[in-house]
Amino acid sequence: MRIMAQMAMVMNLDKCIGCHTCSVTCKQVWTNRTGMEYVWFNNVESRPGQGYPRRYEDQEKWQGGWKRTRNGGLKLKAGGRFKKLLTIFSNPTLPSLEDYYEPWTYDYRTLTDAPAGDDVPVAQPVSQITGRPMAVTRGANWDDALGGPVNQDPMLEKLNEQVKLEYEEAFLFYLPRLCNHCLNPSCVASCPSGAMYKRAEDGIVLVDQDQCRGWRMCVTGCPYKKVYFNHSTGKAEKCTFCYPRIEVGLPTVCSETCVGRLRYLGLLLYDADRVTAAASVADEQDLYQAQLDVILDPNDDVIAAAALNAGIPQDWLDAARKSPVYQLVKEYQVALPLHPEYRTLPMVWYIPPLSPMVNALAQTGHDGEAQGNLFGAIGSLRIPVEYLASLFSAGDPAPVTWSLQTLAAMRAYMSKKNLGEAADSDPAMDRLYRLLALAKYEERYVIPAAHTEQAHQLEEAVCSVAGYEGGEAAFGSDSGRPVPVSIESFHLTKERQTRDQP
Amino acid sequence: MNLLLWGVLPYLAIGLLVGGAIWRYRYDKFGWTTRSSQLYESRLLRIGSPLFHFGLLLVVGGHIMGLVIPESWTAKAGISEHGYHLTAVVLGGIAGVATLAGITILIFRRRTVRSVFAATTKNDKLMYVVLVLALVAGLATTVLANGSGDGYNYRATVAPWFRSLFILQPRIADMAAVPFAFKLHTLIGMALFAIWPFTRLIHAFAAPVQYLFRPYLVYRSRDDKTGLRPARPGWDR
Ligand code: SF4
Ligand code: SF4
Repeated sequence: MRIMAQMAMVMNLDKCIGCHTCSVTCKQVWTNRTGMEYVWFNNVESRPGQGYPRRYEDQEKWQGGWKRTRNGGLKLKAGGRFKKLLTIFSNPTLPSLEDYYEPWTYDYRTLTDAPAGDDVPVAQPVSQITGRPMAVTRGANWDDALGGPVNQDPMLEKLNEQVKLEYEEAFLFYLPRLCNHCLNPSCVASCPSGAMYKRAEDGIVLVDQDQCRGWRMCVTGCPYKKVYFNHSTGKAEKCTFCYPRIEVGLPTVCSETCVGRLRYLGLLLYDADRVTAAASVADEQDLYQAQLDVILDPNDDVIAAAALNAGIPQDWLDAARKSPVYQLVKEYQVALPLHPEYRTLPMVWYIPPLSPMVNALAQTGHDGEAQGNLFGAIGSLRIPVEYLASLFSAGDPAPVTWSLQTLAAMRAYMSKKNLGEAADSDPAMDRLYRLLALAKYEERYVIPAAHTEQAHQLEEAVCSVAGYEGGEAAFGSDSGRPVPVSIESFHLTKERQTRDQP
Repeated sequence: MNLLLWGVLPYLAIGLLVGGAIWRYRYDKFGWTTRSSQLYESRLLRIGSPLFHFGLLLVVGGHIMGLVIPESWTAKAGISEHGYHLTAVVLGGIAGVATLAGITILIFRRRTVRSVFAATTKNDKLMYVVLVLALVAGLATTVLANGSGDGYNYRATVAPWFRSLFILQPRIADMAAVPFAFKLHTLIGMALFAIWPFTRLIHAFAAPVQYLFRPYLVYRSRDDKTGLRPARPGWDR
């Protein structure tokens, strides 16, 4: 047994209002740079919908993640090591800018500079790639709120025709996505340079900017398409789980700014030696359970002793015991992984939304909020459950049903309790309710700080991603020594954001 | 003059190549990348890039065969001079044409696709000029000097000179006597090596063969690396 700690996230989808605050704040912090205009480390998709990049879930096309070989081993879906090296000169499964979108800005200057005339001046869209005027035909969130070709949702396509039609018409929910900081990251495995790594302390998956050589295999490797290629610096970049914040005990920017307060952060302890075995179980639908089994119980004395032995500090162990993520994922089992069938063991978990059921009930003329109705409906309404299962449990309806029924039961219990009808009080339900409905900042984010004896290393944080930029440095943009985050980079950023040329 | 061209310049080129690469590694790890433009355009790249790169690998192999391995060795292995030449011309010709065709597609793409052109630096342009000249001159020596007539045996002159460079006794006279095409190709080649570490060509030195041997998953401890800032002496660390 090799115990490691993992910083993980849970999102309660029922509460997501699709406001995109998380995406925007993340972008402001991490990807508002030349070369990263098209990149959203955090994006919010409407489901059903195509997602971003469009149809990224179509792994027959994009070849992301792992596949199980016939003799039970694991292999990258896009091909083994030799194939990777042979296709290094032109990666056949790299999404192009069209699959994301061509970023643009507006020619605002004409608004003020245009000579007086009969026509009102218009700010034309200008491509941030070529600097030319362009027609805007798509964006990172083009089909927001069912606004796009919903039937091109790759998961919806797999359901049968009838279900599909009904689903398109009736259901909508939002799915915020970021890098899952997987336990078995296929992006790391795809990197020929060995520049990508999983941090041993907290499991955050990072790209070493000094070692990345721009082979862009990681982009293909990640089935969630959450590694991006900075087309200006020629390096891969990805969500960093805001590690400089996490290290000092602060939540990620997306969590901190989430309007719905639906994100939870906390530690999970897991057995690193069992990861590969868990990721290679034969039946896709067993992957969820296998993933749960890798996660260890921090309240177990044997585990706790072993964890301390493995060098996990006492305060981290304490944090793991209080982790809201552990409770939602393992104790209540209401939070599920996104696409376990990719075999990467993702560590961002989702509590599936109950509201599509409530709406569905309401449309059949029943009172969707009534407890009895709701509970029965989860079992009988195949449509939403099937679709949710295709996202969160490789198509197995059982985990989704369990999660939804738990949520429905909690609703029923609480409404009875509020009406004074409850027979006995149920502490487990009370605790779940508190966690989902009332939890305060400190309960939602249980983040042990990195260790003070290491603090002098932390303040070294140099932002290779926020240094000099834009200009043509000697060997292409941003080459040379990294520059500390400073007033200079502030001015450069300002300069870039206010200039007329891309 | 001959001393300068064939006795001094080669060492300058080698010095720049090696010293430049070391300096770049220390000064500019971040800029050490392919700067791939595949994100912008991949239809042309899909044909041009493999054609160019695989062709180039063959060309490099050919140079090693021709320059490093002495004629006496291949003779011992039972390969006649004529047979060797025939193979060299045919294989070298194919590789050369493939490489040249590849880079033509790539340059056409670079010039015509706006987004790719916008991402092209002055440094790139200079590099392309030298690279194409080296390729054209190289193909010319292969085809003109060897394909027509009874061929020129560069393995008796150019190759010994090349090897003599590494034992620090350059055989300048050998090189002074070779046909002009070979001289030109050699000179451009030296220029290419001299600018190599200072252009995007540097990515070739990062060829990730180690990928074949490492475990799939990489774990790294935060302690392994104390940030990107160069180490400071003494108490601050
Ligand atoms: S979500 Fe993608 S980028 Fe993130 S760790 Fe998993 S495989 Fe890597
Ligand atoms: S900020 Fe929160 S509520 Fe708004 S879209 Fe993001 S996850 Fe949803």
